[in-house]
Amino acid sequence: MSTTATVAARQSSRVPLLAALAAARAWLFLIVLITVFEIWARVSFGASFVGNLFNLRSVAVFAVAPLLLAIGQTFVIISGGIDLSVGFTMGLAAIVLAHTVNLATPALGTGAGLLVGVAVAVLASMIPGVVNGLLIARLRVPPFIGTLGMYGVARGVAFLLAGGTTVPVSNAALNYIGNGQLAGFPVVVLLTVLALLVLHYLLSQSKFGQYTYAVGGNRAAAVRAGINVRSVTIRLYVLSAVCAGIGGILYTGRFSAGAAQAGEPLLLDSIAAVVIGGASLFGGSGTIVGTLIGALIVAVIQYGLVFINVEPFWQFVAVGVVIIISVLVDQSQRRLGGGRVDE
Amino acid sequence: MSEGTPLLQASGISKRFGGVHALEDVDFGLAAGEVVALAGDNGAGKSTLIKIISGVFPPDGGTLFYQGSRVAFANPQDARARGIETIYQDLALADNLDVGANVFLGREPMTRRFGLPVIDRRRMRAEAAMTLDRLDIGLDRLDRPVSALSGGQRQCVAIGRALHWNARVLIMDEPTAALGVPEQRKVIALIQSLKAHGVGIVFISHNLADIFAVADRIVVLRRGTNAGERTRAATNPDEIVRLMVG
Ligand SMILES: Nc1ncnc2c1ncn2[C@@H]1O[C@H](COP(=O)(O)OP(=O)(O)OP(=O)(O)O)[C@@H](O)[C@H]1O
Ligand SMILES: [Mg+2]
Repeated sequence: MSTTATVAARQSSRVPLLAALAAARAWLFLIVLITVFEIWARVSFGASFVGNLFNLRSVAVFAVAPLLLAIGQTFVIISGGIDLSVGFTMGLAAIVLAHTVNLATPALGTGAGLLVGVAVAVLASMIPGVVNGLLIARLRVPPFIGTLGMYGVARGVAFLLAGGTTVPVSNAALNYIGNGQLAGFPVVVLLTVLALLVLHYLLSQSKFGQYTYAVGGNRAAAVRAGINVRSVTIRLYVLSAVCAGIGGILYTGRFSAGAAQAGEPLLLDSIAAVVIGGASLFGGSGTIVGTLIGALIVAVIQYGLVFINVEPFWQFVAVGVVIIISVLVDQSQRRLGGGRVDE
Repeated sequence: MSEGTPLLQASGISKRFGGVHALEDVDFGLAAGEVVALAGDNGAGKSTLIKIISGVFPPDGGTLFYQGSRVAFANPQDARARGIETIYQDLALADNLDVGANVFLGREPMTRRFGLPVIDRRRMRAEAAMTLDRLDIGLDRLDRPVSALSGGQRQCVAIGRALHWNARVLIMDEPTAALGVPEQRKVIALIQSLKAHGVGIVFISHNLADIFAVADRIVVLRRGTNAGERTRAATNPDEIVRLMVG
């Protein structure tokens, strides 16, 4: 054990360039990706990919929902867990929001109707989060299984509440949030930036963030240091669920309808964003900035493939491949960079 | 035992696990600035005894006196709050955090930036550096994850953390077991410097060379009972082995 650590430490100082490259891999990948699409666009269409405001805006809007799921997921993955239920928690929040806004708007007016709807939707999204947290923290159910069960439950409840269809909603304020612009920026993008800032602060500067890393790095050490690991774990899954709920709210605004399957394809995208962004599925590492880059990579791949007229199903293939490559890179980096994989 | 009331005194301690008598009527004392080695064969009850002293579980019988008054620790945090720190070989540190973060884990100091409360990382690093300096532990960089440190350096960080929080009693279960020879020396040297700071130290070891290098007194357990106790000056390795195997 000690020799492994010593050797690893020596190696990492001997190959600083390689370690730096590995750390910056997400940035490099994003740049390469954009360059490829740029060249492709210029050669095939004689147009620019990045020099086009419409494209930039589309990529940003594309990135919003997966990014919201991914920033909550980042915390969970850093703590050594995983949340597979986020997609349908998002759908649940979307349906609850649509119903509540439809009920409240005639009675309370546009603004208050929306506020009530948002409050109820956020509360509804907390329920799967609390249940996940209790299962994992109290009953020691493995996160993979606990949240997979919740995936099924949230999915069923969302479809039941929706009566099997989408729930249209009309509320001008909600529509503005989903499709409006402020100073040239889409409102959904601005709100997502705000969420990013808050969660970045929480992860990098607060005790809760520090304990998230500690639990993922060495749970037993965290317990021994007097950290209330159960409470941290429960809060982690609630945070993840609320982020998904906010994703559902923005989705409903954008499409003027709540849908139970709103987040269905986004689980893969969100986990992809987190691992491409440098978080380790073994727990203990990851950042919000990394996840932002990861989500942009996923969005650029998806939008870029549409842009160059590739059949849409290739998007899933591309994102899946990128996840697997990221995990492989993470594993080899741990072997190189002083991380202890052998325990 | 040195003069005055002992820092820690356990009397008549018993502990059963199902049908197994892990400890029966065991006595154990420790004075400030004293290093006591706990020796014994596998299964003799060494770990069980230190777990009782550090609050992991209560004894079935017997009493525990600490700093002159009777105590019953509810849990390890309770014992730590009163200055009894335990270092386990494997559970010591969060590998992904740096040295400062590990020293302050669970007790992070906060400051304000732009009006928002933030963890004061600069202070954690500075104070961790001061503590490590005081113990003469030289680490070139404190801002790297501790996974980049060697086993001995990690052990030193764990000890530094305990000391930073004013441990009066430091308990170590096989602190040198997984270390290379130079690193064992480093830890042994550190134990000697802690002793000079007045900390009472209990350490378990299967390594007689380590025991004879630092212990003032050697307490031997055999199948859950006191098999004997010797000051280092008045014994030799052969005698200790005889006491261990009976
Ligand atoms: N949690 C437990 N549950 C059941 N039995 C236990 C438990 N802890 C210890 N024992 C038993 O108590 C006895 C003493 O164990 P202990 O771990 O204290 O020995 P030890 O002296 O530390 O041995 P080693 O040198 O191998 O670490 C053993 O027979 C062991 O099997
Ligand atoms: Mg033992």
